[in-house]
Amino acid sequence: MIPEIGHFALILALCLAFVQTLVPILGAQTNTAQWMAVAKPAARGQLLFIALAYACLTYSFISNDFSVLYVANNSNTALPLHYKISAVWGAHEGSLLLWVLMLGFWTVAVTVFSSSLPRDMVARVLGVMGFVSVGFLLFTLLTSNPFERIFPSPVEGRDLNPLLQDPGLVMHPPMLYMGYVGFSVAFAFAIAALLGGKLDSIWARWSRPWVIYAWVSLTIGITLGSWWAYHELGWGGWWFWDPVENASFMPWLVGTALVHSLAVTDKRSNLKNWTVLLAILAFSLSLLGTFLVRSGVLVSVHAFATDPARGLYILIFLAVVIGGSLILYALRAPSIQSSGQFEIFSRETALLINNVLLLVAMLTILVGTLYPLFVSALNLPSLSVGKPYFDLVFSALTLPLVLVVGIGPFMRWKSTPVRQVFRRLFKIAAIGLVVGLILPVMVAGKSSILVTLGTALGAWSIASAGYYLFKNVRQTGHGTRLLHRLGKIPHATWGMSVAHLGVGVFVLGVTFVSAFEQVRELPMQVGQKAELSGYVFQLDGVQDVQGPNYLSKQASVRVFKNGEPVALLLPEKRTYLVQQDPMTEAGIDSGFLRDVYVALGEQVGDQTWGMRLYYKPFVQWIWLGATLMAFGGILAALDRRYRLRLKRGKKTAAADVHERQVAAVS
Amino acid sequence: MCTSARLLLSRNLGMSKYLLPVILFFILTSFLFVGLYRDPTEVSSPLLGKPVPQFSLPRLADSEAVFSQDEFLGKVSLLNVWASWCVACREEHPVLTELAHRHEVILYGLNYKDDTADARQYLIEHGDPYRASAVDASGRVGIEWGVYGVPETFVVDKNGIIRYKHIGVITWRDVEEKLLPLIGQLQNETL
Repeated sequence: MIPEIGHFALILALCLAFVQTLVPILGAQTNTAQWMAVAKPAARGQLLFIALAYACLTYSFISNDFSVLYVANNSNTALPLHYKISAVWGAHEGSLLLWVLMLGFWTVAVTVFSSSLPRDMVARVLGVMGFVSVGFLLFTLLTSNPFERIFPSPVEGRDLNPLLQDPGLVMHPPMLYMGYVGFSVAFAFAIAALLGGKLDSIWARWSRPWVIYAWVSLTIGITLGSWWAYHELGWGGWWFWDPVENASFMPWLVGTALVHSLAVTDKRSNLKNWTVLLAILAFSLSLLGTFLVRSGVLVSVHAFATDPARGLYILIFLAVVIGGSLILYALRAPSIQSSGQFEIFSRETALLINNVLLLVAMLTILVGTLYPLFVSALNLPSLSVGKPYFDLVFSALTLPLVLVVGIGPFMRWKSTPVRQVFRRLFKIAAIGLVVGLILPVMVAGKSSILVTLGTALGAWSIASAGYYLFKNVRQTGHGTRLLHRLGKIPHATWGMSVAHLGVGVFVLGVTFVSAFEQVRELPMQVGQKAELSGYVFQLDGVQDVQGPNYLSKQASVRVFKNGEPVALLLPEKRTYLVQQDPMTEAGIDSGFLRDVYVALGEQVGDQTWGMRLYYKPFVQWIWLGATLMAFGGILAALDRRYRLRLKRGKKTAAADVHERQVAAVS
Repeated sequence: MCTSARLLLSRNLGMSKYLLPVILFFILTSFLFVGLYRDPTEVSSPLLGKPVPQFSLPRLADSEAVFSQDEFLGKVSLLNVWASWCVACREEHPVLTELAHRHEVILYGLNYKDDTADARQYLIEHGDPYRASAVDASGRVGIEWGVYGVPETFVVDKNGIIRYKHIGVITWRDVEEKLLPLIGQLQNETL
């Protein structure tokens, strides 16, 4: 009964989504207030029904209702409760449901925070989001119904994919979807502005915090995914250029470009066309990512169910949404006037260069990811694209990008006195160079040109962010206490500096871990010791451990440095009972300056096991850097300007109500 | 120095520059459409039914020794393209190991665009299902074989003719439903 209620709720949500699409947009085109007013209640009602459907599916998981096909395929009575709840998005059908649920949340958030916007604008924005929702709800109901029953129902379920039974991966898809779907807000604002023919900087100012929040979610989602791969896959890597990873990275790159170009459009009312195009692109790439992951067009480790019918549906939907928006763009963009001019040496130019570099990076990844597809479609003799291609191309693009990250903040809008900027940059560059020359030698006792370059770039970005904050502190209120002065710096300035600091930290982490990582793979007998980078690893034994739904071989490895015990690591090799897949759980001792990492391999003899030992300097800096970027984003989105506007927005809304009451009375 | 950059940027090219995104998008869409109806694991290769390309590469275990096309003559064999950097290879590795244990077919490896030391360590740790692996560090021989992604697996018959190509991870189901029947059939063919 419960699954049927869920199914029915989903159908009702679809009906409301149709209403939310058609009525407000027609209302906005014909300027009919009552029709436009339909948007908000329709959006809220839609969320209510989607949430109900979602709750029903969750209930089916918790109550082990294996008569529901999706539950039978992705759960098991022995699965721990928290994984039963997260198993709802563990496979295709449920993750679509999560997608529309997120979209519902974002849409309702727009209805709540848009009171100061023109009524027709809100109606159009909600209408566009409703249309996206229609697409995904139809897709779910027609091709991927999570509530489908099977008869006779199996006694036991086939269990959740063991790869997904990890805390890191529990939160990874929801954050990723938050980001993907969050770009739909900027997209809807852009389309609404194009539809209404009013592309002033209001839409840019309004989209900005939304885009930043979406970007933050996506950043966190990708970081979690990378962190998970490091812990779970057991060979110490943190990024693999897998098609599914790339699918999430491309919208991130464009989203990053969008965050920056929105600043130009908001503050200088410039680059409007470009920003609109980026808003469309960021969401399009989110949709494309969904297509690539869900259709099975590309073979990937993440190996999801492949089904041409589903692929065809998403492709048609892509063609309608993206194709339609790009045609609309082509029709409307020529008439959009960007006001304000800027000189070559200005912040606008710096941001434009940043945008171009990010976009080129995105295109190289797109080409690399889809290359197998192009080749097979054209029957070309082929070249292979793999990690070597991505590593090379991407590091080459990172270099100029990080350079611009360091320069950008010191450029002024419109035009910048060249000499003053150079004087500042010279100091920062000197700091970067000195750190680049010294730090690697201090850390590893050796260096190379590439390492020096990487370190200098990282330090350059950090020094630039620090210097920019320092400059701001100096300029705010003389004589007052430092803490007070720090508090006076706008959140936006903090946000930018922290995010750019994160870029530097990230670059340092990547440079050090790729240059100075140490690996040893060797068979180890129980009781045997092995040395790596000053650490001594001793295998004390391997025990059988029984988990709720798996059996595990767990090694205990003690790590010593200079004779002192440092850590006890417990790497595991798990075999999940239902799906019979072996899974690695690495044993990791994380530190600020280094990780020691042990993975348990195959048993090669009586009491002898293949072991992999890693020494990974600065590896945590990779995720620390990414986290700082996300944190910077949150700070920027909390800037007073947006909050002030919100208050002002409430006032105008109140005035609006008052006006209407007066009109009704008279 | 005071040239207006905006003028440079927005030199009017008419509508064409605004149409570019939509044109590119529809080209992309058509590729995606074609891709949808191709089984990504079963792409017809121009090399199917042709003898294996001529090549000569060092062996992974002993870089002095040579691995050439002659290796394939006289028996049914698989050539699995792998690399230590390839995530998917690790997924199919247990399947390959199991297949090697059955002794129904001989497995060779083509170690593709890899660091030799990494590759050796990979086999030490995961076990070595291959009778021998050829080192294709530059990927040149991979091009000859029409490799466009890792992993890929070729089935070669007793006469050194490529009979089947599997793209992507081999699952045990692929082994039972596709590879083993084909191998059985090829074993019965005469030289």
